[in-house]
Amino acid sequence: MKENTVLEVRDLSMHFGGLYAVDKANLSVKKDEITALIGPNGAGKTTFFNCVTGLYTPTTGKIFITPQGKKREEIDSLKPHKITNKGIARTFQNIRLFQNMTALENVMAGRHRLLKAGILHAILRDKKTKEEEEKVVHDSYEILEKIGLTKYINELAKNLPYGAQRRLEIARALATDPFILLLDEPAAGMNPNETRELDNLILRLKEDEKLSILLIEHDMSLVMRISDRIYVMDYGKIIAEGKPEQIRHDPLVIKAYLGENYNV
Amino acid sequence: MKFSYFIELFLSGLTKGSIYALLSLGYTMVYGIIQLINFAHGEIYMIGAFTALIITTILAYTGMNALAIAFLAIFLAILYSAGYAVTMERIAYKPLRNSTRLSALISAIGMSIFLQNYVRLLQTSDFLRFPPLIPEFGFMRYVEHIFTSTQLVIFVSTCVIMIILTIFIKFSKTGKAMRAVAQDRVMAMLSGININRIISVTFIFGSVTAAVGGILISSYNAQINFNIGFMAGIKAFVAAVLGGIGSIPGAVLGSFVLGWTESFGTGYISSDYEDVFAFLFLILILIFKPEGLLGRSTKQKV
Amino acid sequence: MFSIKNMTKAFFISLWIMILTFPLAVIKVNTIDKTVNWRWFNLIYIGIITFITAFLWDYFLKRNKEDNDRKKKSFLNIIADKKKYFNRPEFKTLFYGALFVVIMVFPFVSGLYQINVMTTALIYVMLGLGLNIVVGLGGLLNLGYVAFYAVGAYSYALLNKHFGINFWIALPIGALFSMLFGLIIGFPVLRLRGDYLAIVTLAFGEIVRIVLENWNEFSFGPSGISGIPRPGLFGLKMNLMQNSILIYFIMIVLTAITVFVVNRLENSRLGRTWVAMREDEIACQTMGINVTKAKLTAFALGALWAGLAGVMFAAKTTFINPASFTIWESIIILCIVVLGGMGSILGVIIASFILIILPESLRFFSDYRMLVFGAILVVMMIFRPGGIINAKRKVYQYKGKKD
Ligand SMILES: Nc1ncnc2c1ncn2[C@@H]1O[C@H](COP(=O)(O)OP(=O)(O)O)[C@@H](O)[C@H]1O
Ligand SMILES: [Mg+2]
Repeated sequence: MKENTVLEVRDLSMHFGGLYAVDKANLSVKKDEITALIGPNGAGKTTFFNCVTGLYTPTTGKIFITPQGKKREEIDSLKPHKITNKGIARTFQNIRLFQNMTALENVMAGRHRLLKAGILHAILRDKKTKEEEEKVVHDSYEILEKIGLTKYINELAKNLPYGAQRRLEIARALATDPFILLLDEPAAGMNPNETRELDNLILRLKEDEKLSILLIEHDMSLVMRISDRIYVMDYGKIIAEGKPEQIRHDPLVIKAYLGENYNV
Repeated sequence: MKFSYFIELFLSGLTKGSIYALLSLGYTMVYGIIQLINFAHGEIYMIGAFTALIITTILAYTGMNALAIAFLAIFLAILYSAGYAVTMERIAYKPLRNSTRLSALISAIGMSIFLQNYVRLLQTSDFLRFPPLIPEFGFMRYVEHIFTSTQLVIFVSTCVIMIILTIFIKFSKTGKAMRAVAQDRVMAMLSGININRIISVTFIFGSVTAAVGGILISSYNAQINFNIGFMAGIKAFVAAVLGGIGSIPGAVLGSFVLGWTESFGTGYISSDYEDVFAFLFLILILIFKPEGLLGRSTKQKV
Repeated sequence: MFSIKNMTKAFFISLWIMILTFPLAVIKVNTIDKTVNWRWFNLIYIGIITFITAFLWDYFLKRNKEDNDRKKKSFLNIIADKKKYFNRPEFKTLFYGALFVVIMVFPFVSGLYQINVMTTALIYVMLGLGLNIVVGLGGLLNLGYVAFYAVGAYSYALLNKHFGINFWIALPIGALFSMLFGLIIGFPVLRLRGDYLAIVTLAFGEIVRIVLENWNEFSFGPSGISGIPRPGLFGLKMNLMQNSILIYFIMIVLTAITVFVVNRLENSRLGRTWVAMREDEIACQTMGINVTKAKLTAFALGALWAGLAGVMFAAKTTFINPASFTIWESIIILCIVVLGGMGSILGVIIASFILIILPESLRFFSDYRMLVFGAILVVMMIFRPGGIINAKRKVYQYKGKKD
């Protein structure tokens, strides 16, 4: 069973002063599965992502990844860019695009780690560098095509409609060529139509790109439709874990959400 | 001999520290609330002092009692400084509240240069003699050679202002609102706090203490010039960072530490490098303890 | 625009400003002669100026809100936008041809003074383009940029004084020293948050100046170093005029190289990294970009150009002292970048010419120079944070499937 675990988080805690934003959380993501992390606002989900991607250094706990065909390795205490280079990509709950760059350039920036050109190459623009630049434009375009954003390629990110910005974040994350994708509330602020499209997109990513996905989402119908496995977080603790049907009827989960307007 | 030299340096550091404290409060409060290094804060200090000088000189012709002149001049200078600070916030900072920090910072630098040159062009670029506003107290006669009446007044008024301010921020309704805005502007707004008013109040407090500082130091140095605020302002910011930006006790502590560093540094090492001591200190602090002496270490929210 | 409401508002604003500026603008005391000078006219000027400004301010602020960035087009942008015309090869040839002729002919039809002013402006173009890498592209506010300029200038002056090293060898060495200095300073400070970085770089700039002023054995203190030789050319004998023309042409070549390099860098992997870092440092990290490294390269490259400019400055003036390297110099260069538009090469060139040549040619303006610079920084940030010429991002064409 351990074989197909690509991300394993053990006893992860993140304290801010007296606040235990994440409290001894355990979670694992299996290969080619969509795992959802749900929980009320302020439960610590985003903080959990920030720990996994190295933006926060966890107070305690260990994080392991197992890239395809490689040995399991520990990634906590690595710098964020190192973690991305190991194959973990993410999106942000509050959109963090490069606002004054075009959509294509956003994706090209995501491609950074797969390119080589240094200062001298950039200045001299030799044949290899030219080819590399042409290839990155080409690849980035294809990624935008996959996400359905080609009509915006030369638009500044800040001028894109909201839903398109959310999808551009996904495109940019894909550009880093990850094997694990972390999505932080990708459907937030989208209308039902856009949400349905997103639904398909995420499933397609899982099938076609062979990505293992960890998803934070408040839209319960979306979560129930596409997740293979769900973790529920409340006050920093993982309070339940299981298949969608199990979670739907778990009394603890219902209690955690009580008083909030989620249609579980 | 040696010991008295030490005491002398200690006391002059105390005076410097008091002035830095009066200035750094404005930095720390403004930074706490709108996360902006208000570069033009030093100019408020300079404008306060200039206004006091002008008013004292005019009133002196009326033959008014010296003490009354001093009080009136200080009062009006404070009023004017507050006016400048609030106006400056409206013009240069408010429109930029939602833009990048870099933009707001550049705007603040621009404001600082503008105000300096405004005073330079309309007044003078020469040093002017500043009249002594603080009388010599009889009871200070015996220590006067190392600690003057002006120095005493500087130290005492700094303490008094600090205490009043701390009480105000801890207990008054406005003070509590200020702390709320500093913690989370959006939440504060949602709970019905008038953000614009709180920001204005913050600028007013900062400018009042800065003006007092400007007047006292000019009275102590007996001279004034259009760019006295620039270096003093930067140093006071250094003090605020030293103590932990956003923390009022931190700003006070940082100011005294900085005052002593400068005074002992110039006294025992070299007076040519006065500013270098402050700046080296800043660089070291920022590299090794960026949250400052009393600041809490916080992670930037992602 | 001219409604009663706007009028009354502008009236009250100017009244408020008049009250506020009253003591400083009207009263001038002379503490030595004990005389008071009442300058009531100043009050009237200020009243009128603020009344008009308040009007325009409101109007432009509203317009700014309505126009969103996409539609906002200034006069200059429209020029820059006329890609259709500009990209036509015959126009391009014509334009560059004319530019070339003007550049070549200029020194032979103007006097020594004009040539020197032009050379100075070109030095600022270079400084502006260098700082533009750091602030405009990288988003790192460096207020101590002048320190690197000083390192370049003193490198040449001292190397020449002590070892007799000539200009042509000192030029790369000065640039290299400056870059090394940038790396040494950048390494510890670049981890700091943006606004702290501004203060720390300012502090470094001041430290450098103070050390130069006081360390007499090393830098000859406030009196500086004089008799720095102008650049020679194959041992030719030149008079002052000929030498100034040579310096002018060296500056033209260096500026051309700078424009070429910055342009290449801008649209490269590295340039994208810088802009991404400016836009969002955190997202940048999660793209696998080593932000520290990216900052360090921007900082060091910026320093390199300041070093080059410094050597040129020393060679041009033949005399340097610490007074040329104050914080105000950094502010002027920052002003060039801000006015020109963060990240726009053409903008920086235009801004340098406006800010350096205007005060030189209008003596009236030179007194008000710093006042205007301060106002420019504020006004630009509020109304056109993108500068007179908004930096345009490169438009990419998709070339179809590759396989
Ligand atoms: N950098 C930080 N400093 C202090 N508190 C933080 C920080 N980041 C998150 N928190 C706190 O941690 C808690 C969990 O937040 P978050 O992870 O964003 O929740 P969720 O994403 O589940 O809504 C919240 O109370 C939040 O205020
Ligand atoms: Mg969240």
